[in-house]
Amino acid sequence: MKALSRFRDADTVHHIATEIRRLALDRPVRFMEVCGGHTAVIYRSALTDLLPEEVQLLSGPGCPVCVTGNDFIDQAVALAELPEITIATFGDLVRVPGSTRSLTDVRACGCDIQVFYSPMDALTWALKHPDRTVVFLGLGFETTACTLAATLAECVRSEIHNFRFLSSLKTMPPALRALLSSQKVAIDGFILPGHVITVTGLEVFQFIAREFSIPSVVSGFEPSDLMEALLMLCRQIKQDHAEVENQYRRVVRYTGNPQAQALIEKMFEPCDMQWRGFGAIPLSGLKLRPQFSCWDAENIPVEVEPTREHPGCRCGEVLCGIIHPSECTLFGSVCTPETPLGACMVSAEGACAAVYHFAPLSEKV
Amino acid sequence: MCLAIPMRLLEHDGQSGIVEIGGARREVMLTLTPDARINDYLIVHAGYALEILDEDEAERTLALLREIEKYGS
Repeated sequence: MKALSRFRDADTVHHIATEIRRLALDRPVRFMEVCGGHTAVIYRSALTDLLPEEVQLLSGPGCPVCVTGNDFIDQAVALAELPEITIATFGDLVRVPGSTRSLTDVRACGCDIQVFYSPMDALTWALKHPDRTVVFLGLGFETTACTLAATLAECVRSEIHNFRFLSSLKTMPPALRALLSSQKVAIDGFILPGHVITVTGLEVFQFIAREFSIPSVVSGFEPSDLMEALLMLCRQIKQDHAEVENQYRRVVRYTGNPQAQALIEKMFEPCDMQWRGFGAIPLSGLKLRPQFSCWDAENIPVEVEPTREHPGCRCGEVLCGIIHPSECTLFGSVCTPETPLGACMVSAEGACAAVYHFAPLSEKV
Repeated sequence: MCLAIPMRLLEHDGQSGIVEIGGARREVMLTLTPDARINDYLIVHAGYALEILDEDEAERTLALLREIEKYGS
């Protein structure tokens, strides 16, 4: 569809930015994006360069790999060392350092780590390798949760018993509530994650306006989508108004995707979940319902090493928007995309990696 | 991680189909989008179609952006 490339048109982006400057907000505002995909587009397209001084952007807890604690990696590493286990994972997890080792490190020692684009591909692999027990590392937000729910439903229906699931699935609304309630950082508006809300719908995010009186806009992922979302946020600020608006109307319906929601509900139940930088957030995770426990990799007995975080790593503060990546003393010196010490430098969607690769020099020092 | 891209549905076989972008094709699960039809643009994440792209809405957004351009110039 040719029209889609027009969402990347540089002139369009410039015109929207001009309109933002024309609004001339009379106070500085800080808008947070809570999706790693948005972080990557903002920096890759240098959108911050086009914004007036009074509009600042912050990255929040939007990269699932980044907000996942070392304990999850440690458990995956320990499972990988069992001789009958094949670890199946999305690609961006394999280089994330755990307490002492990453999955890449143990693969180099002979453990079987397989990278898949789709959980369904991993299930197909498991069917072809009945002698292996495949443990799929279920990491992500609602966007990914529904694809895992659909795969697990198929796994249950077909009674495939050499496929297990280790969950670190997280849900976005409780994290945003925790962030706003903590009052650790002043936020004037949110760019909301378009593909999470494609699944959940807008209603579960209404508390941002109703309870906290903060504007928010659901955004698409092209440069002009994000710039338009910023314009919509600035207009709400100008009008002293707070609502949840939808910029990504070509994809996001108000009620979300009912099939996806039903599958998540069928396979998973809410649980408390650890988020890097936040600690445990009540009912912010998803785990397999007890009737599916024979597919739950939590039940595979394994000894996991005690969890340690790198003492100098400030990923937690980056993820809460408390510091800019460049304020971490490790950033760009000993912690780089080639030798990452923290999760935010590993993932292409991590704030540290995005700043390292794409930000102007002034933001890197 | 929540990366999802619009891909055109070429073939449809009940629960799954074949999608294409820029000449690259792959299988897609249609479990979450049972109403998908041939030639629809699907928003594909991790091998599953999450939603059907509404082309009329895309045009309306682009028209709105053109209005901003006119106003700005």
